[in-house]
Amino acid sequence: MKATQLPPELRVPVITTYDEAVLDRIGNTPLLKIKNIVKDLGNKDIEIYAKAEWTNPAGSVKARPALRMVRDGLASGAFKRGMELIDSTSGNTGVAYALIGRILGFKVNLVLPSNVCKARKGIMAKQFKANLILSDPMEQSDGAIKLCRKLYQENRDKYFLPDQYNNPSNWMAHRDTTAREIFEQTKGRVTHFFAGIGTSGTLMGTSRGLKALNSGVKSYAVEPAESLHGIEGLKHMESSIVPGIYDISVYDEKISVTTDEAYHMVSRIEDEEGLLVGTSSGAALVGAMKLAARIDKGVLVVIFPDSCEECVVAHGEF
Amino acid sequence: MAVNVRIPTPLQKLTGGKGDVTASGGNVKEVIDHLEKNYPGFKEKLYSEDGELRRFINIYINEEDIRFIDSDGSQVKDGDTISIIPAIAGGSGKIQK
Repeated sequence: MKATQLPPELRVPVITTYDEAVLDRIGNTPLLKIKNIVKDLGNKDIEIYAKAEWTNPAGSVKARPALRMVRDGLASGAFKRGMELIDSTSGNTGVAYALIGRILGFKVNLVLPSNVCKARKGIMAKQFKANLILSDPMEQSDGAIKLCRKLYQENRDKYFLPDQYNNPSNWMAHRDTTAREIFEQTKGRVTHFFAGIGTSGTLMGTSRGLKALNSGVKSYAVEPAESLHGIEGLKHMESSIVPGIYDISVYDEKISVTTDEAYHMVSRIEDEEGLLVGTSSGAALVGAMKLAARIDKGVLVVIFPDSCEECVVAHGEF
Repeated sequence: MAVNVRIPTPLQKLTGGKGDVTASGGNVKEVIDHLEKNYPGFKEKLYSEDGELRRFINIYINEEDIRFIDSDGSQVKDGDTISIIPAIAGGSGKIQK
């Protein structure tokens, strides 16, 4: 039987290149109700929703800022035709840059600690053809940032460096998209917002956007409780160099979550809600549940940044 | 056995900022016990309350992951390098331009 004789639902198109329309599918992610774990709260008038950011192309919340930083760079002239993108990443932003580079036709160089899990490295390098530059795992993300900065300084004409930690386009992406979507999806009912902090772009932008729409919305930074932790993508601010875009006046309170609490919640989300999510999603929901224990009513929205099924299974092994 | 231990940045607070320290022991557990003596608080960072190595902590003897040898019972020999590598934590911040 020829392919054309197959019923439409069985025909698989031969993809020779990525269509730019893929980029139009970044954002407008579903808002999912947490139906079962919320029962821990008893009869309180509390609803909790998760923003399913892994449904973005490239599989994470980072598709939003990555696209915005690239587009703003192109618009400002900082990213000129023929230049290559270079940035440091602990994973998700790198995958997003790699996809966007493949679609828009520029070379992507990603500097990352060598212990980033093999699955992510494979997606960046094999699927999306990015050039990976590995840094010393002992120095974690700081080592990648330093190496990236060095490579950029040595060849500034060659590279466009978005610098996700210090680029306002990072948080603006969330102010202009994530916040508006959450407000519309909850029909303006959102009262509390929760996001983990890595670059802090999600928290900064979404908090600013939501508070502009309703100044009564409270926002919460979810942070690893310990400097040595296993919550991928998040950082312990006190023991780290603070990103330039991080501003403590933007949110209302910080909630600390241990690695064990986050891992346990990831398992519960899988078992009770049927969702395979990364450890930062587990941490964010722990943060929301801690706050929920202190209040009587509210519509809480939590960012679930990625799924990273392979990382959940490996629990940090690589 | 004297070994070199590579300390990840988040634990260097305990070692007075040192990224490399020497320790002794016949296996990884003994080396960690020795580190605990010199740098109190070290062990609780690596082990959970039930005494298991925390799952986001990866320890290598030279290039080999101890999970594929004998966990913290893995033997070490003089001159080995032990690397303690946590899972990837998220981004950091501003670098001086």
